[in-house]
Amino acid sequence: MMSDLLLPPEHRYAKIIEQTRNDDGSELSILNLGPTHPATHGIFQNILLMDGERILDAEPTIGYIHRAFEKIAENRPFYQINVLTDRMNYCSSPINNMAWWITVEKLLEIEVPKRAQYLRVIVMELARIADHLICNSILGVDTGAYTGFLYVFQFREKIYEIYEEICGARLTTNMGRIGGFEREWSDEAFKKLDTFLIDFPIAWKEFENLFERNRIFIDRTVDVGSISAEKAMQYGFTGPNLRAAGIDYDVRKAQPYSSYEDFEFDVPVGKSGDTYDRFCVRNAEVWESLNIIKQALAKLPKGPIHADVPDYYLPPKEDVYNNMESLIYHFKIVMGEVPVPVAEIYHAVEGGNGELGFYLITDGSRTPYRLKMRRPCYIYYQAYTEMIKGGMLSDAIVILSSLNVIAGELDA
Amino acid sequence: MALEIAYIQEKLNQKFGNNVLNFEMSRDIFSFEATPNLIREVIRFLKEEESLNFHFLTDLAGIHFPDNDDEHQFSVVYQLHNWVENVRIRVKTYLPENPQIDTISDLFLCANWMEREAWDFYGIKFEGHPQLKRILNMDEMVSHPMRKEFPMEDSGRTDKDDRFFGRTQING
Amino acid sequence: MSDSKINMVAPPEGVVGEGFFATKLNDVVGMARANSLWPLPFATSCCGIEFMATMASHYDLARFGSERVSFSPRQADMLMVMGTISKKMAPILRQVYEQMAEPRWVIAVGACASSGGVFDTYSVLQGIDKVIPVDVYVPGCPPRPEQIVDGVMQLQELVRNESVRRRNSPEYKELLASYNL
Repeated sequence: MMSDLLLPPEHRYAKIIEQTRNDDGSELSILNLGPTHPATHGIFQNILLMDGERILDAEPTIGYIHRAFEKIAENRPFYQINVLTDRMNYCSSPINNMAWWITVEKLLEIEVPKRAQYLRVIVMELARIADHLICNSILGVDTGAYTGFLYVFQFREKIYEIYEEICGARLTTNMGRIGGFEREWSDEAFKKLDTFLIDFPIAWKEFENLFERNRIFIDRTVDVGSISAEKAMQYGFTGPNLRAAGIDYDVRKAQPYSSYEDFEFDVPVGKSGDTYDRFCVRNAEVWESLNIIKQALAKLPKGPIHADVPDYYLPPKEDVYNNMESLIYHFKIVMGEVPVPVAEIYHAVEGGNGELGFYLITDGSRTPYRLKMRRPCYIYYQAYTEMIKGGMLSDAIVILSSLNVIAGELDA
Repeated sequence: MALEIAYIQEKLNQKFGNNVLNFEMSRDIFSFEATPNLIREVIRFLKEEESLNFHFLTDLAGIHFPDNDDEHQFSVVYQLHNWVENVRIRVKTYLPENPQIDTISDLFLCANWMEREAWDFYGIKFEGHPQLKRILNMDEMVSHPMRKEFPMEDSGRTDKDDRFFGRTQING
Repeated sequence: MSDSKINMVAPPEGVVGEGFFATKLNDVVGMARANSLWPLPFATSCCGIEFMATMASHYDLARFGSERVSFSPRQADMLMVMGTISKKMAPILRQVYEQMAEPRWVIAVGACASSGGVFDTYSVLQGIDKVIPVDVYVPGCPPRPEQIVDGVMQLQELVRNESVRRRNSPEYKELLASYNL
């Protein structure tokens, strides 16, 4: 049993080690990084061929948390798939939820009212802040600075409280419905949002000051794991990792969804695609997200919180108990017997890590025929092998943190 | 000059004639079908032709259609994107039973793992792929789980009572 | 100077005298073990993020004695499995459990670790008790940090009242044998 997990002798690294010998007589060695490793955030394995402290080659293995989302999605009606989308990039689950609802609304050609769209923008930007918060503070922890993490995580608790006011859950939010939100946001939610917008920028400024001109951090992260813009594009990078390499592709600007075109925001871009640039791009994106939330709150229109689509949107409970029509709609929606057209839809949103896309093929039945999720982490993790070659082991850890690889999204 | 759909169609027809067919606007994405033996050339043309310049591979998906005829059992769908002109395009091919198709992992480096995923889930073989082995499932697995005949639930479970799941002798 | 709001751990029952305190060995060992459980966080997915929230300053788990989070199995007391365990991961979980030194306890945090959770599929292990013995199950998807802390407190109760001879008893040996350990 245990010997199954050791490296088989016919593995190619074993052959390389036998054949190579350094000038001073030392040998190459193999290091198994993961799957359970304190510094790799998530479970993925890399078998490293090392020359002392320097990495020569890496062989990644993923799939340790493969939960077969795409297979499950072929057996579930649309409402029940939302639960799965939460658990992909679980650090910013509202973005995944809203991405799914916008895809379904595109399929069913439903027009969502402006108020719901603005509120969706607010919650998506809040989720983006939460995601970058974790990524950057954990990058700090990996270079040795534990304080930033403890300090900034407190604000993630504040964001959790806002999510609780909106939908009742902290982490895996399962937020929203086809056509909008399930209930109007309470006054408490807006109050908490306002307090957050006052307190958080001060803390984030302190967090930035702790790292951005810190000699040790700069030594650890500048020119570590650089990737050129051309290579990044070839490897399918999107999101902050691509923008750190110099290309300003942002799905919110390229193909705006959910009224993003009404807001003014910049897309921060880095230069050399190294870890320091990725860190700074994420920092700048948090400022831009705060900006967008403030604009959305200022311009928030009055109006209905959901589209008027009784075929797809659960009616309020008072109507279900008193009105025959609502009872029938409720039954049909819960059973999943809703009218679904036959179509192929692809819709992408800007997730915390890049372009999160849903390719949905329906055949008129209550469950999708095929749902392919274009997960950004899965696609850009391929470049990790190339990024760590030639570097030191500790650089490999720092590069992994800065890429923000989330295991749920990697394996799906 | 903005990239027009009619222009893309014309260029493709010029170069490939009858091997590209079924042009349609699938909601907001222009999509067409290409024959499997030429798919690599089609994608190379889309990428390298200066006026088309579809330089980004967004997604590569495999699909299983057990109800179709023998020539159309499996499908591979490529989604490409041109960032400069902001145009997306979808290319489909259909494959028979025991599907085999050329790889595009040397044209687009990100196709490497996407094709491994399609192999893992559907058993679509990509000729010329540097390392075509399973990626998400266990290496020892024999079957291809996303095919329609493969069950979602683990059949080895003994603790599930079918009565609670609404499964009877009739509806299985 | 003692602050009246801080709860101290109560001493076990015993006989106090001039310069001595006589009690049972079980009680003392139980008290020591219960208040210094070092966790091995085996965090795989979403529950891992709630664990991070539990260890952070708001819901501090360190006050219960879990100050030093150990990633080395040899130096940890309790294995907290948080998140979905797939069949590919199960041998690794088992190896980590085998490497832990006695006394060791296991908490299954979250629905996925307890029973497979939402994911009733071919690739997910339907509960970690298929491969290792579990002491406390904390349900939830993900459980709130208060629930995780409650799970740790339940484990503390178990540990406090455990007999020192438990690990050598035939029932325990039978339990391990049923898992082929």
